[in-house]
Amino acid sequence: MMVQSEFIPLLAVLVSLFAIPLIALSSNRPNLREAWTFIAALIKFGLVVSLIPGALQGETVGGALFEIAPGLPFELEADPLGVFFALIASGLWIFTSAYSIGYMRGNSEVKQTRFFAAFAMSLSSTIGVAFAGNLFTFIVFYEILTLSTYPLVVHKESDAAIQAARKYLTYTLTAGLLLVAGAALLYMETGTLDFEAGGLAALTTSTLSTGKLWVIFILMFIGVGVKAGVMPLHSWLPSAMAAPTPVSSLLHAVAVVKSGVFGVLRVSGFVFGFGVLQQIGADVLMMVLSAFTLTVASFLAFKQDNLKRRLAYSTVGHLSYIVLGVSLMTMSGVLGSVLHIAAHATMKITLFFCAGAIYVNLHKDSISQLDGAAKVMPWTFAAFTIGAMGLTGIPPINGFFSKWTLALGTIEAAQWIPLGLLILSGLMNAGYFFPIVARAYFKPGGQDLEGHGEANPWMVVPLVSTALLSVIFGLFPNAFVHILDLATVIMEQIFHSGGSL
Amino acid sequence: MIEANLPAMFVVSYISVALLIVLAGVRVKQSAQPLATMGALVAALLSFVGWVVVQAHTDAGFPATRYGFGGWAPPIGIEFVLDGLSAFFLMVVNGVAAVVLWHSAGNIDKHLDAHPPTFYALATLFLLGLNGMILTGDLFNLYVFLEISSLSSYALIAIGSRQAPLAAFRYLILGTVGGTLYLIGVGFMYAMTGTLNMIDMMAIIPLIAQEPGVLVALLLMIIGIGVKAALFPLYGWLPESYTQTNSISSALIAPIGTKVAAYVMIRILLYVFGATELNAVWPLSDAIALLAGAGILFGSVMAILQKNLKRMLAFSSISQIGYILMGVALMNPLAFAGALFHVLNHALMKATLFMVSSHLERQEGSVDIRDFNDSYRVKYPWSMATFTLAAISMIGLPPMAGFFSKWMLALGTIEAGHWILFGVILSSSLLNAVYFFGILEKVYLRRSGQKEASKHPMNEVSWGMRLPALMLALTLLVFGFINAPILEVLQSLFPT
Repeated sequence: MMVQSEFIPLLAVLVSLFAIPLIALSSNRPNLREAWTFIAALIKFGLVVSLIPGALQGETVGGALFEIAPGLPFELEADPLGVFFALIASGLWIFTSAYSIGYMRGNSEVKQTRFFAAFAMSLSSTIGVAFAGNLFTFIVFYEILTLSTYPLVVHKESDAAIQAARKYLTYTLTAGLLLVAGAALLYMETGTLDFEAGGLAALTTSTLSTGKLWVIFILMFIGVGVKAGVMPLHSWLPSAMAAPTPVSSLLHAVAVVKSGVFGVLRVSGFVFGFGVLQQIGADVLMMVLSAFTLTVASFLAFKQDNLKRRLAYSTVGHLSYIVLGVSLMTMSGVLGSVLHIAAHATMKITLFFCAGAIYVNLHKDSISQLDGAAKVMPWTFAAFTIGAMGLTGIPPINGFFSKWTLALGTIEAAQWIPLGLLILSGLMNAGYFFPIVARAYFKPGGQDLEGHGEANPWMVVPLVSTALLSVIFGLFPNAFVHILDLATVIMEQIFHSGGSL
Repeated sequence: MIEANLPAMFVVSYISVALLIVLAGVRVKQSAQPLATMGALVAALLSFVGWVVVQAHTDAGFPATRYGFGGWAPPIGIEFVLDGLSAFFLMVVNGVAAVVLWHSAGNIDKHLDAHPPTFYALATLFLLGLNGMILTGDLFNLYVFLEISSLSSYALIAIGSRQAPLAAFRYLILGTVGGTLYLIGVGFMYAMTGTLNMIDMMAIIPLIAQEPGVLVALLLMIIGIGVKAALFPLYGWLPESYTQTNSISSALIAPIGTKVAAYVMIRILLYVFGATELNAVWPLSDAIALLAGAGILFGSVMAILQKNLKRMLAFSSISQIGYILMGVALMNPLAFAGALFHVLNHALMKATLFMVSSHLERQEGSVDIRDFNDSYRVKYPWSMATFTLAAISMIGLPPMAGFFSKWMLALGTIEAGHWILFGVILSSSLLNAVYFFGILEKVYLRRSGQKEASKHPMNEVSWGMRLPALMLALTLLVFGFINAPILEVLQSLFPT
């Protein structure tokens, strides 16, 4: 069946939405129910992949569907950046779906139907965030994403989960509201909320006072910064680890938090434009906050004995790598940011998958309990090691290249302190990851490990695959889906379509 | 023929239905509810026709439809005026009333064993009063309809818990004071202008705007109507009335009662006195906007503190009416459209929420929030899903309709440069989230004790009650998606 290409972004959003009633109706037949998830994930990924050739040419597909508020169209447009983000989210959804089956069944979790339905909803809104053609559409999906991840965070329904979910909502709803406030102010000043590569022309030519620009920027930056985990707005993320691990893997390492950094890219590169931000000095604020975050988060990661919490702090740190790259506002900085979105996604999802496999299989969630665990779960720990090496920045894993490009960006911008902090934080990554690996491989295991083997293949295959992807994308950055080329196109769009330096 | 007499038909049909209910009720008590529902439905259809006619007239550049009773031309006779604003309010009031009355069928046995005909006759008279207030073009006649609706609402509220008559009595005292203040204000205006006809008075006011008497009259009228609209701090009658009365009355009165008072406020402030005239001489609208803002915060905070669902919804009403009055008082097209859209949204949301609360009251015997737990989601899956949709809209999250009225109001505050109120709108959204998520959290997550939640049998109300509530909630989603054309028309209603 041929599909009119301008509807592909819409279809990509709708696919998982249509899956929800099917998932709900097959509540009593788990295999059929999970089949719907797979079908939706594959179709969604296929649709996104079909957009890649156009995106590589710098094309934008789709457009306004209808007017959602006076003067504001509901716009779904797949530009290169949107395709890039959608590609990562939808591609990793396939792995997560397989993994979820192994995890949820292996752990005998309750309310699996609600889980898979909310998961499908979250993916719909993530793709909506990716393809939103203007800030208003972005906000609509951003808020739906908040709501649809709430049931996932609260899934266990324990007191801790309820508390964590409350915190999650408080942070994200407040952020959403500030984003709305910023959008309202911007709309009244410029009469548009469109995303334009390089920044809104209406803004560069306007006579807005610096003070007003600052107010709008701060509102919007907090709005997207909460989900991007920029300190001091990060503390919901470690708490949200109360969610089942598949949620932490895809949503709190990829979809939700990346929609935050994606928002940072949109707001700075497609709404304000680097020129305006540098003029008012907002890039300095972004740089200070993100450099602070990536350092402090690494320190905090050291202190966590709970594996998922350590990973969460590591996520906080790595998200700020991306924000830092944007704040440099140089070509390599932006390129490194975009690449790190992809690299961190494949690596961190691997680590979370491993953490979940260990939890289901060995019922352990603390690092101090992992002595000798690699002997019983060799595949899992091999994958874990690859992910950890990648995040530390060891070649040839994709994390090395994105960090390298980020470092080049700091040199281009002649920002030596961020460069130093990047290197320091890389060392600290090694410091908080390698003890885990060392403990699992070299310390003698306790009695309780006897009788345990490798985790269920539903979990092992996805986690090994994502680890392999990290290596493959490190060696061949253009393998399969042209990640490097896409990132280059995105960078060129931001810098050459109007954005002046 | 229909077109020319349309304004009068609303009142005529309601009077006939009220009489018919009483007469038929002598023999067949069960006929009361269907008759009342039919009456509201007919009025809703007439309102729709009226809306279409008005739109066509506006497009063709014709003036509003004016209907002189008994053939007496104004200013001597009393006239009804059907214009865009009144057509819009008629649709909201009669449409929501029709759904609420339909929904009430499943609840009669609970509250109205003895006298359904009396109740439904009163409800019809209440609607008659509201329709008259909306349609009339005469300030004194407005008072007459105001009293018709008020008197019937006192009686409707008095049917309820043991404290209901007391709450109704309090409302009666305050309502009468309010009505009287309004009437005195009208007296002043009559003395100064020699007319009671709104269109006439509009032409005369610019000539006498400097007179202190005009300010006194306007203040009296605003305070009087403010009581009816529950403008902060004149809300005293509202919480107890909505809490103590039977759940049919609360679902009927809460969504539309205060809205019509807000309509009168719009008529008087923006049309009769004129947005620009008014502010050029007296900065009265700023005061109203600030009071409304205070009401928004006060209502939200009080709602958080409540332990009874109906009282919580009542305080939330005080807050929501604040949005509407604030939007009116900001006096720009954006805020105005936001306020009118919020009239529609809030009517739908409050009707839905009070309907769901009536489901719980019926099945559980109480609506104490402290008793809510996860057995409710098993016992009332449909009602709770309905409640969730309406709650999300109340909080103002996209893509529900509630988000878009707040968006327009926020744009309106920016347009007016009113930063305090901009902040109020934003922060009240969070306060709304606190009390609505508090309930949702209890219903979906709080353990119900030893017994596993799923062991509870389903205990839902009949589909006759579930369906209307669910329909209204889904309407909110639909209006969220098609709000742009609605808002455009509403913006065009702003008087220039």
